[in-house]
Amino acid sequence: MELRLENLTKIFTNKTGTDTTAVDKLDITIESGTLVGLLGPSGCGKSTTLFMIAGLIKPTSGKIFFGDDNVTRLAAEKRGIGLVFQNYALYPHMTVYKNILFPLENMDVARDEAIQRVKDMANLVGIGELLDRKPAQLSGGQQQRVAIARALVKRPRVLLLDEPLSNLDARLRLQMREEIKRIQRETGITTIFVTHDQEEAMSISDKMVVLDFGVQQQYAGPQEMYNNPGNLFVAKFLGNPPINTLESKIKNKYLMINDQKFMKVDLPDGTYDIGMRPENFRAASEDSEMKIEVDIKEIFHIGRDTMIHFDFNDQNMRALVDSDAVTADSKKITLTIKKERVYIFDKKTGKVIDHA
Amino acid sequence: MRNFFKKIKKSIKDFLWDVRKKIKIRQRKIGAYLDERNLNIATKFPGWAKALLYLSPALIVLAIFTFWPIFNAFRLVLYEGYNMTDNTITGYTIFGNFIKVINDESFIFPAQHTQGTAIVNTLLIVFISVPISIFLALFISVALNSIKPLKGFFQTIYFLPYVTNTIAIGLVIAYMFKSDGGLINQIFGLGEFSWIERGSEHWSAMFVLIFYSIWGSLAFKIMVFLTSIQGIDKQYYQAASIDATPRRRIFSRITVPLISPMIFYILVTSVIGAFKIYNHIVALFGVTGKPEGVNFTMQSIVMYIYKYIDGGGNNLSIAAAGSLILFSIILILTLVQMQASKKRVHY
Ligand SMILES: Nc1ncnc2c1ncn2[C@@H]1O[C@H](COP(=O)(O)OP(=O)(O)OP(=O)(O)O)[C@@H](O)[C@H]1O
Ligand SMILES: [Mg+2]
Repeated sequence: MELRLENLTKIFTNKTGTDTTAVDKLDITIESGTLVGLLGPSGCGKSTTLFMIAGLIKPTSGKIFFGDDNVTRLAAEKRGIGLVFQNYALYPHMTVYKNILFPLENMDVARDEAIQRVKDMANLVGIGELLDRKPAQLSGGQQQRVAIARALVKRPRVLLLDEPLSNLDARLRLQMREEIKRIQRETGITTIFVTHDQEEAMSISDKMVVLDFGVQQQYAGPQEMYNNPGNLFVAKFLGNPPINTLESKIKNKYLMINDQKFMKVDLPDGTYDIGMRPENFRAASEDSEMKIEVDIKEIFHIGRDTMIHFDFNDQNMRALVDSDAVTADSKKITLTIKKERVYIFDKKTGKVIDHA
Repeated sequence: MRNFFKKIKKSIKDFLWDVRKKIKIRQRKIGAYLDERNLNIATKFPGWAKALLYLSPALIVLAIFTFWPIFNAFRLVLYEGYNMTDNTITGYTIFGNFIKVINDESFIFPAQHTQGTAIVNTLLIVFISVPISIFLALFISVALNSIKPLKGFFQTIYFLPYVTNTIAIGLVIAYMFKSDGGLINQIFGLGEFSWIERGSEHWSAMFVLIFYSIWGSLAFKIMVFLTSIQGIDKQYYQAASIDATPRRRIFSRITVPLISPMIFYILVTSVIGAFKIYNHIVALFGVTGKPEGVNFTMQSIVMYIYKYIDGGGNNLSIAAAGSLILFSIILILTLVQMQASKKRVHY
């Protein structure tokens, strides 16, 4: 089922009368059966967005559509969604088994089938042996998996996951990530997956939304967003190691770096924010079009790659290059980067400027 | 002006902070001094001895006003022909006084041509008014919790009976149930039906008494339940509404279990309180528990006991026997409740 948000806004007013705009004019269409990652720093309005879709928070303005139905005013009970809360919200007085069974008690499911579904779901998320425990007797990660099972067991129309993997260890997180993706593919449930971990979002999502201060920054596929960030915020938010950013001047159609003409660009003179991802640098060869020689400040060998530190316009930069491009006592290196991998952002708005 | 107050507030807080700091330093010094001389009670005494020291004021009061009377009740019950004025007895008995109580008229068995006995009346109150009042209090607190406007107003209304004198409420209730022009008779068009006066019946008097005891005990229960309901994390209700849980089931599967420790506390204390019912009956039916011109008695176990305490002399032994019977009924019932609650109360 398609999920559409139109101009969705939430303003919290506290007792002293100050307003917090948690979500600001969100306009997103989520195609049926896709998994969308909702990504952004802490406090940017991810949970609030999810709660509005779930019907637990009334939007200040804007509309929510499930397919063609306007559900903006529909009570949470009638929306048929599954929600995994950020802090699980498992019923503390019920066993794991009863927690997972609870949603089914409210639906017309035969008892045998309900029990079977609970067991299947528990096994799927790997808590089959913990069914008799109370939530207080589980670890954070186990509780999280119970919460996921509880949300999935009723086969909802829309699945909302609020940082469902934040408490798992790296291995389990990877495994659950794949599991969620697999279940989502198989069932075709339209899913929103909230996370502040960009790597997680990139690996699981069909499309991603990046929020900052409640404002949508970009809505695109993960690779697309990574390769063509819409603005400086998105560029900085995605990628590990993070993108190098620096201030740079354009003089006479040339981007100046370390007082050298680095790249020809068809933009007016002025100061711009520049972004270059560490992994997009290469050691230059003879026929490289743009190249620049830099003093190596430090070298780190990290597995397959080598990370070197150097300066561009007195700003520390990092580049990931092939291990054989540098030796331990290299002092200088000549670097190159593809033209379309140099991102130029407007200094005021932060918007990316097309220069290719 | 506001600045001035702010300054005063700040200097007071600063002062308190400094005092606290000084006390801490002094304490540490004293502690070190005592430690040096191996005199520090705080570290020298074992934990239980310290606990006993702190508990001793309460223990002394309890000993004088609770344990000593209980001991005396056991003593009195063994006496036969006890004379309080010259403190003499004619003999000892083990079961004698209990048998007297049990065979006494209107304790277990009704007297001739009357309905109601102390035991029957008390049990009726306990088993009817306690469950009803707990259920009512639960429903009302859930309802109160869900209304937003005028919340404080309604909470005050329901709390009023708690700060009002039991006897005063009793008089109002008696007035409401008056046969001649009472509110209830008027509203329901019952003419001059006699609820609790001359010519009334046991069941109608009991009805009014139960009504009264429920009303009087509701306020405190509502307050306790409301406070505990307000303490429940909202997320559980959000999760329940996501799962399309009907209100009825939210109540029975989420609200009630989550405040079950409080419900259990209220249950146990209410049962004990109901067993000790006295004021209510006096307010409606006078100290004898038997209004003029009726063929029933409304006396409760506690009233029965008081009657014999007033009598003095050997009667005190009977009162003691009555108290011990009441004590054992309450004890057994409380133990049963604790056993039964083990599975249903979620701490
Ligand atoms: N009930 C509320 N009243 C007032 N302000 C609120 C309320 N709930 C959230 N906010 C504010 O709205 C903003 C968005 O909150 P939200 O919980 O959606 O953030 P989030 O993106 O989920 O963050 P996190 O990753 O830390 O969970 C925050 O600035 C928060 O302080
Ligand atoms: Mg959140």
